[in-house]
Amino acid sequence: MTDIGLKSPVVVRAAEPPRTTGREVFLPRDARRRTALHTLGRRLRWPLGVYTTPVVVLIAWEVLARAGVLKKTYAPAPTSIVRSAVDLWQQGVLGPDLAISLQRAGIGLAIGLTVGIVAGVLGGLLRSGEYLFNGVVQIFNTIPLLAVLPLMIVWFGIDELTKVLLISFGAGVPMYLNLFAAIRGVDQRLIEMARTTGAGDWRLVTRVLVPGALPGFLVGLRFSLAYSVLGLVAAETVNADKGLGFLITQGQTYLQTGQVFVGLVIYSLLGLLADQFVRVLERVLLRWRPSYEAS
Amino acid sequence: MSGTVVTRETRPGQQAGAAVEQVVRRFGDRVVLDHLELTIGAEELVVLLGPSGCGKSTLLRLLAGLDRPDGGRVEVPAKRAIVFQADRLLPWQRVLRNVTLGLHGPDADRRALDVLAEVGLAGREKAWPKELSGGEAQRVSLARALVSEPELVLLDEPFAALDAITRLRMHDLVRALRSKHHAAMLLVTHDVDEAIALADRILVMSNGRIGTSHRVELSAADREASVAREELRAALLNDLGLANQH
Repeated sequence: MTDIGLKSPVVVRAAEPPRTTGREVFLPRDARRRTALHTLGRRLRWPLGVYTTPVVVLIAWEVLARAGVLKKTYAPAPTSIVRSAVDLWQQGVLGPDLAISLQRAGIGLAIGLTVGIVAGVLGGLLRSGEYLFNGVVQIFNTIPLLAVLPLMIVWFGIDELTKVLLISFGAGVPMYLNLFAAIRGVDQRLIEMARTTGAGDWRLVTRVLVPGALPGFLVGLRFSLAYSVLGLVAAETVNADKGLGFLITQGQTYLQTGQVFVGLVIYSLLGLLADQFVRVLERVLLRWRPSYEAS
Repeated sequence: MSGTVVTRETRPGQQAGAAVEQVVRRFGDRVVLDHLELTIGAEELVVLLGPSGCGKSTLLRLLAGLDRPDGGRVEVPAKRAIVFQADRLLPWQRVLRNVTLGLHGPDADRRALDVLAEVGLAGREKAWPKELSGGEAQRVSLARALVSEPELVLLDEPFAALDAITRLRMHDLVRALRSKHHAAMLLVTHDVDEAIALADRILVMSNGRIGTSHRVELSAADREASVAREELRAALLNDLGLANQH
């Protein structure tokens, strides 16, 4: 019956020489000798983590400034920037300026994030929400923040409203775009699975769509925070009588380069803080994610 | 134990776990299900056997309510559950919350813990899905299906991605679970040995219809090794058009 017997092919093996090249041996990590020098070398390579590069740049800057390579009016040494910051604080200028800037950023962010999140959730979950918001936000996305500023001044005057709206515009658009994409990007098979377990719409949204969209939301938050600082700078440098931007403009006018740098340093610190804030959120909220750990 | 009874038609008049009447399903010009008839009795485990692309999964999706037929009628209990080929666990929820996804009420957690213990995962309820092995993850998805006490459980090649040893353990588990949970089951597979190991009745699909039906009334020992088993296996391979190649 079995006439379709498979004849095993006859393989003639030539007497191959044993290949010794291209072999790898894996041993436990601890097996490698951990000399004191080795651990010290590892410690020394990145002693401050992500802050290593900025600190190295700062030190080089300080050295160059002290050596006289960089002129004081060009780029004063980091220590003298700190000194100007302390001076400005003691004069009672820096404190109120910083407070008003933070207030603007806070209100602008609150408005922008609220609008961005509400619109993003509606757009992501509902087809009608998508039709309502998506076109408008895509158009907004291509308009540069700085180009809207003159128009906003015409419309809303040179008061606080323009500044706050500019910041919220900067924060809201990336939040909407990322949240929308994140909700639409949740694995269709998981949604199908949730439906078959008898989970209702509320469960589907709270246990599948919202957590599934969380990584995208955090990306949006990162962009929103960065763009809101950008909006803050744009709004404050053009028309202000107080705030960090005013501090910078004033420094520029009277050739107080140190004062300009104080403003810039504070802006950059705000950016750094925002990034760290999102990092902490990611660590807490995305524990479930098997993530890539660079070595 | 008697051998196998080969019948050409399903037995009518039984209280149905599910009923499929003259169902047609097309994808473009291709007719995948062609006036298919199927009845699953209460508490019966039916195995649907067939090669890839024969319409097994299409039929299962119709029974699950995930797709609608292009013709005919599908009647299933409202309380039904599906175990997919991939575990489809929510990676952002711990094991317990994955199991209670469709559950409501104050005793949801306790019921989920009970079922997790039944599938051999007691004490693992706080684990993240990324910490589970393939077999463990599929057991969680089995627990998720059973926790709602469904009247019909649909299993779409649930053990296909598992290794041979784990698969055998899962077969034992399914048999054990059947004695506790009184549900009709439809298991889709392309594995003849899996079909023999588990089925009350094996249906072989061909040309978009149920080709042949084999009632399996063998003891657990006979399912592993016996003359009747080999006869059934030969018959199934014949139905699948593989008679000369085993």
